[in-house]
Amino acid sequence: MNKIENNKAWFLVLPVFILVAFSAIIPLMTVVNYSVQDVFDTNTRYFVGTEWFKAILNDAALQSALMKQFMFSFTTLSIEIPLGIGIALLMPKRGMAASLCLVLIALPLLIPLNVVGTIWQIFTRSDIGLMGWSLREMGVAYNISRNPVDAWATIILMDVWHWTPLIALLCYSGLRSIPEAYYQAARIDRASRWAIFRYIQLPKLTNVLIIGILLRFMDSFMIYAEPFVLTGGGPGSSTTFLSQALTTMAIGQFDVGPAAAFSIIYFLIILAVSWVFYTTIMNMQKEK
Amino acid sequence: MKSRIALIVYILFILLPIYWLLNMSFKTNQEILGAITFWPQNFTFENYQKILTDPSWYKGYINSMIYVSLNMVISLTVALPAAYAFSRYKFVGDKHLFFWLLSNKMAPPAVFVLPFFQLYSSVGLFDTHIAVALAHCLFNIPLAVWILEGFMSSVPKEIDETAYIDGYSFPRFFAKIFIPLIGSGIGVTAFFLFMFSWIELLLARTLTATEAQPIQVIMTRTVGASGIDWGVLAAAGVLTIIPGIFVIYFVRNHIAKGFALGRT
Amino acid sequence: MSWMVWTTPTAGFFIGIGLILASMSIWQYVSPSIERKGFLPIKTTRGDRLFIGLLTSAFIHLGIVGFTDLSILVATAISAIWMAILMRWG
Repeated sequence: MNKIENNKAWFLVLPVFILVAFSAIIPLMTVVNYSVQDVFDTNTRYFVGTEWFKAILNDAALQSALMKQFMFSFTTLSIEIPLGIGIALLMPKRGMAASLCLVLIALPLLIPLNVVGTIWQIFTRSDIGLMGWSLREMGVAYNISRNPVDAWATIILMDVWHWTPLIALLCYSGLRSIPEAYYQAARIDRASRWAIFRYIQLPKLTNVLIIGILLRFMDSFMIYAEPFVLTGGGPGSSTTFLSQALTTMAIGQFDVGPAAAFSIIYFLIILAVSWVFYTTIMNMQKEK
Repeated sequence: MKSRIALIVYILFILLPIYWLLNMSFKTNQEILGAITFWPQNFTFENYQKILTDPSWYKGYINSMIYVSLNMVISLTVALPAAYAFSRYKFVGDKHLFFWLLSNKMAPPAVFVLPFFQLYSSVGLFDTHIAVALAHCLFNIPLAVWILEGFMSSVPKEIDETAYIDGYSFPRFFAKIFIPLIGSGIGVTAFFLFMFSWIELLLARTLTATEAQPIQVIMTRTVGASGIDWGVLAAAGVLTIIPGIFVIYFVRNHIAKGFALGRT
Repeated sequence: MSWMVWTTPTAGFFIGIGLILASMSIWQYVSPSIERKGFLPIKTTRGDRLFIGLLTSAFIHLGIVGFTDLSILVATAISAIWMAILMRWG
């Protein structure tokens, strides 16, 4: 669509700008200020320059948290996106069954994050949880507080359970916007199931998938409450992701200086990855 | 047929953990800690009774609902005109402003916890519903602008032009013609706003103490000196799911109608 | 304001960023920039190149501060040169 050049449009955007700036820019400036000082309280503080940045960048525990974070985000996304598309394709198209499906599938999305953690913590306990108990009865050695592999598998399963519905919902909606005539034309051409998916359905899905993938990347990169409740970051620190390391530092130990430096690095990483992703997709669309 | 079975298996996978929570919420603690039972043997409403008769418990639900609704109203009110501007006009810095808005969705809340606490304390809003609602605007307004802009771009511009020729002023055109046209979009957006505000924990916990504390924070106190009160914990968990069921039920038709979001 | 624990260097930093953004907006308003293709793999406007420049400069600073013993001024100098190249030929 050709857009009209009109700088008065700024007035329509202004309320959004002011509201978001209030909550975004003031705290961001404060974080930057923290990051170059050793703060005890507002009157007792010392300028330390870039010392915190140096310490954080060379901290082995944080480097490993970053690696774990990338691994976690990559794994969950590569399961959730194909699975979500698959579920969307399977869902009934209209009628009561479609409504029921939508409501049931959307359920996990609307549960507070720490409650999701609680549900899975209960579910996987071997004394009172269905899954933990069943696995034990079947003779599988499964213990999320001792075995890092079990802890990882459970967190990924929980994330898939919680967030695949988002992808499924977005894709389902994208699929519904395809006119029936397209399918009829494909049937006349005797197109295969795969051809229909590749040339009719997938192109219609790209836009909703962009939103889905970006949302999932950002949120999975910031995951905090769910693993915190489920495993507490353990066993050891095997499931301590970035947000949890940061929160422990900022609130638990009250080291605001290093925590702020950490925050800035963290934010820059997300910003860079998202920007590359966003620009690549926008350019792909422009070329089409 | 095969696809039906796959779908049913998936839905079972979704429902099983929730069923287990529901099952536990109707049991006594004795039964929970005893042998595994697949449905409550001594069916009891005791756990729910405890929550629904104690103001310090059920006020948590009211608090959560107040700030979530406030957030939805604020976000939609400011995001609608902004999304219209992004979908119709070119202006200085538009692309960068859009990405800056999105970047706030990327800022890990953990980054902002401490300055947020101080910011809202210094303007005297600490422990109020409006504080949490405003803080959630940080990620909800960008999301609302993003989704609404997609819906608005799919409305042909000729409609705007015809309305202006017919003598409609901008506010009247916007309220009378444009908003009804993107009704589904507003429904879908409201769903996502509700979702992200309702499930958020870190900011809501940091910005409240007693007066505006949300339910997911109050829940953590079932962990007492004598161990965890599993039954009440499960009942509280079940109650946090119910508002979501209503919301998804109301927007199901908008989602089923189909939308293909996108910027061009 | 005192809880924001301002220091002179960070205040200077934000004033600098603010001035850059303001002057870029005015420049854009007076003579709008047209998208072009330089050595970067994508078409960019002046504002895009500024953003890319600032973001990469941040990483240059992090790299030098974190993993070498060089002064931060070295990072700033490298960033300034990189920024100039990017704005002109990017």
